[in-house]
Amino acid sequence: MTDAADGAPVPYMERTRNYYRALGYEKDYVWAHFEAVPFAPLPKPLAELNIALIATAGPPDESSRDARGRRRVWSCDVDAAPARFDTDLAWDKESTHTDDRETFLPIDAMRRLVARGVVGALARRFHRAPTGYSHAQTIDQDAPELLRRLREDKADAALLTAL
Amino acid sequence: MCHQTVSLVARHLEANGIPTVMIGSALDIVEHCGTPRFVFSDFPLGNPCGHPWNPDMQTRTVEIALRLLESATAPRATVRSPFAWKPDPGWRERYNRVRPEDRERLLALGESRRAAKDVARRKGAT
Repeated sequence: MTDAADGAPVPYMERTRNYYRALGYEKDYVWAHFEAVPFAPLPKPLAELNIALIATAGPPDESSRDARGRRRVWSCDVDAAPARFDTDLAWDKESTHTDDRETFLPIDAMRRLVARGVVGALARRFHRAPTGYSHAQTIDQDAPELLRRLREDKADAALLTAL
Repeated sequence: MCHQTVSLVARHLEANGIPTVMIGSALDIVEHCGTPRFVFSDFPLGNPCGHPWNPDMQTRTVEIALRLLESATAPRATVRSPFAWKPDPGWRERYNRVRPEDRERLLALGESRRAAKDVARRKGAT
């Protein structure tokens, strides 16, 4: 019997730990962990909210990387979203594919729900949150930049998706 | 790292007054970090919003997330998507698996990664 063989959720932290040990790394990665969780109530009903999308996939070229090749926060008008994305990240490339962007950036689904009146609006831009091992990079630099951009777009709430 | 990154961003937005909801497939990473609202799609990593080319499932998944955004009254609210992955009984064991026959290859891969990092570090120091 191996882990998750019984249909339980896949234990990704344990898998990753074992994988990196097999690669020969001596120190285990320390995953972010917090006891307290912030919680913001909705400012108005769902049908009146302007919602921004945040994903972890980026543009298909190198335009959103810095001089050292590191991915940066990137934003794009929802009307100009590319069909294909840079999804060179850690996901299950043997079991599935990312050819359909709607599986990780649901712009069309949001538009359908706006048309049905379930939600007020889709914010004019969606955003890419750069992924990395450094908690501090995300907490101190990328997350504040994303917050700034959401406020700039007058987004009331955010829907985030992880590849 | 995608799930951890998105969890950390969600926490920052919430702490600054912007409500969030996440959709993802790595339940353990998200719960370990601690997030306000989460829709768990029990799929292989890569397609949290639904099967590829299935707009109906994708729309229904996003609607579940939006309803959770509205209904949650406290943090760590998690809803499991009702959708299952395709008929593929082996998918849960596939990602980052380490089989005995992989060990030599993985160790060599790790060594080449560390060597490349050392080269980059030395270049940066000059």
